[in-house]
Amino acid sequence: MTHLVILPILLPLVAGSVLLFGARLAQGARRALAFAATLALLPVALLLLERVHDGTQLVYALGDWAPPFGIVLVADRLAVVMLLLTAVVGVASLLYAAAGDDARGPQYHALFQFQLLGINGAFLTGDLFNLFVFFEVLLIASYALLLHGLGARRVAAAIHVVVLNLIGSALFLFAVGTLYGVTGTLNLADLARVMPLLGPDVAPLARSGALLLLGVFALKAALLPLGFWLPRAYAAATGATAALFAVLTKVGVYAVLRIYPLVFGEGAGEVANVAAAWVPPVALLTLAFGALGVLAAQTLRSMAGWMVVYSVGTLLVAVGLFTEAGYAAAVFYMAHSTLAIAAVFLLADLVAGQRATAGDRLDVADAIPHRVLLGGLFLITAVTVAGLPPLSGFVGKLMVLEAAQLAPGAVVNWSVLLIAALVVIVAVARAGSALFWRTVPGPADAATPRPDARAVGAVAGLLACLVGLVAWGGAATSFAWSTAGQLADPSGYVTAVLGPDAAAREQRRSLR
Amino acid sequence: MEALVAVAVGVLTGTGVFLLLRARTFPVLLGLTLLSYAVNLFLFASGRLVLASAPLTDLGLDSYPDPVPQALVLTAIVIGFGMTALLVVLALRALGDTGGDHVDGGER
Repeated sequence: MTHLVILPILLPLVAGSVLLFGARLAQGARRALAFAATLALLPVALLLLERVHDGTQLVYALGDWAPPFGIVLVADRLAVVMLLLTAVVGVASLLYAAAGDDARGPQYHALFQFQLLGINGAFLTGDLFNLFVFFEVLLIASYALLLHGLGARRVAAAIHVVVLNLIGSALFLFAVGTLYGVTGTLNLADLARVMPLLGPDVAPLARSGALLLLGVFALKAALLPLGFWLPRAYAAATGATAALFAVLTKVGVYAVLRIYPLVFGEGAGEVANVAAAWVPPVALLTLAFGALGVLAAQTLRSMAGWMVVYSVGTLLVAVGLFTEAGYAAAVFYMAHSTLAIAAVFLLADLVAGQRATAGDRLDVADAIPHRVLLGGLFLITAVTVAGLPPLSGFVGKLMVLEAAQLAPGAVVNWSVLLIAALVVIVAVARAGSALFWRTVPGPADAATPRPDARAVGAVAGLLACLVGLVAWGGAATSFAWSTAGQLADPSGYVTAVLGPDAAAREQRRSLR
Repeated sequence: MEALVAVAVGVLTGTGVFLLLRARTFPVLLGLTLLSYAVNLFLFASGRLVLASAPLTDLGLDSYPDPVPQALVLTAIVIGFGMTALLVVLALRALGDTGGDHVDGGER
């Protein structure tokens, strides 16, 4: 048993606690501590990646209580890739926040660490109830981060987010209670083992529990019709916070990708493929509506918010196929869209800071200063999010299209995916020309200060990662495929957690 | 007893949902509280209701209360309490910042 697995949870926990009590430290010291803790997540994630690359599934039993009785953390390919993404986005948004955002309210850095703690925990946990607990940790930190800097707009948006997510938490607990009542376990591997054994008398209960859970994840991932809160809330947050929130919606997608193939997959007997009828239509609707939202957006920030909805729709089209090719496309697109959307949010904030009068509104305004730098960053970001070659958006979209081609309903999937992509290209092009071309002469470059180097560095770093995703595209896609292979074969996960001999567990169940 | 608990969960959920649909923050808050009561009661019952038996099992006993839901409920109560407190503060802040207690902000 390696203790490396719990480090992505312990590091932010310790750093966050120190920062919480070190509120009197100088701003520079807090920044340095927070940055060191976040940066340290990168080597940890890379080490874990090296360990799980060959298909090993690292299981960490807390307190050495053997599963399914104790709490387990499981690091497999999917979990580790998500940890790595979180670390990258975390470092970039913290770097961006260091340009000034973090001074707009107290305790920004402590909250940021707790946010990372919740996200990392949700990716690592191998237990349904701890998924709930980590969801709550990341949510309560996200509420506070959303409010960072305050203002009526943020408070009003935060009320919606908090109330909706509290309802989501209540539903989550109802689902957890139902599943526990039926199966007597909450460990994901144990659930996967018990599910096929359920008789037809209790199977409807398990089905309703599974679908209730799907509803909760849909709310977290902002799927239609539960996603209308997202664009407004994300647009209200500060740039660095919104960039980190790009990971937050992906936690919902991750939960679907983790739980449904494993617990309610092909081999689940009476409850097999319970989500397969629901995810695809909802995903297509979300995709279409997200693209329309991107087109209709009046500001760059709300455009980025709708891009989140759009990307979640695309992701779930891939996940909703419930095939290996679908999972592979989802994993690759997840990496691409998380990085790309974080870059869009940071860039929107950067642009808004440079345009004195118009902010990030897509109106005719004074010419933007430093337009070569900002325009260049915008061009690369736009090409990526619009899914144009040669950048990673194109590869991701191609993988989704290829996966959809093999599945039934390919005509519908292809038309919606392609038309939505066209709509997004139009919207992004329109935004670019509004921001950089349709202008009246404004102040000279020399009259306005250059954008902060740290802020530009954060955006450029994210874009460099996106370019790397294409430059090492062969390695990335083959990793996505092997991750998908692991997801498509739940028996590996079950064996890794419960051990090859699960018979001893029968005794406890017979007592019930 | 099952029927009684089920009715209690149902009534709590029903009133909770009704209050959630109001347009002012205070009733919404009460609704969420009632909903979390319902959830806690439901979770508690998910380990089956057992009367008049030892709180812990011993080998040979065939009827004992399941300890896991009790631990889950305890966690859920603590988290629910924290979240409710946060929402109360947030609602008060919204009252101050937007000048009203409408859930969309301001006085409608």
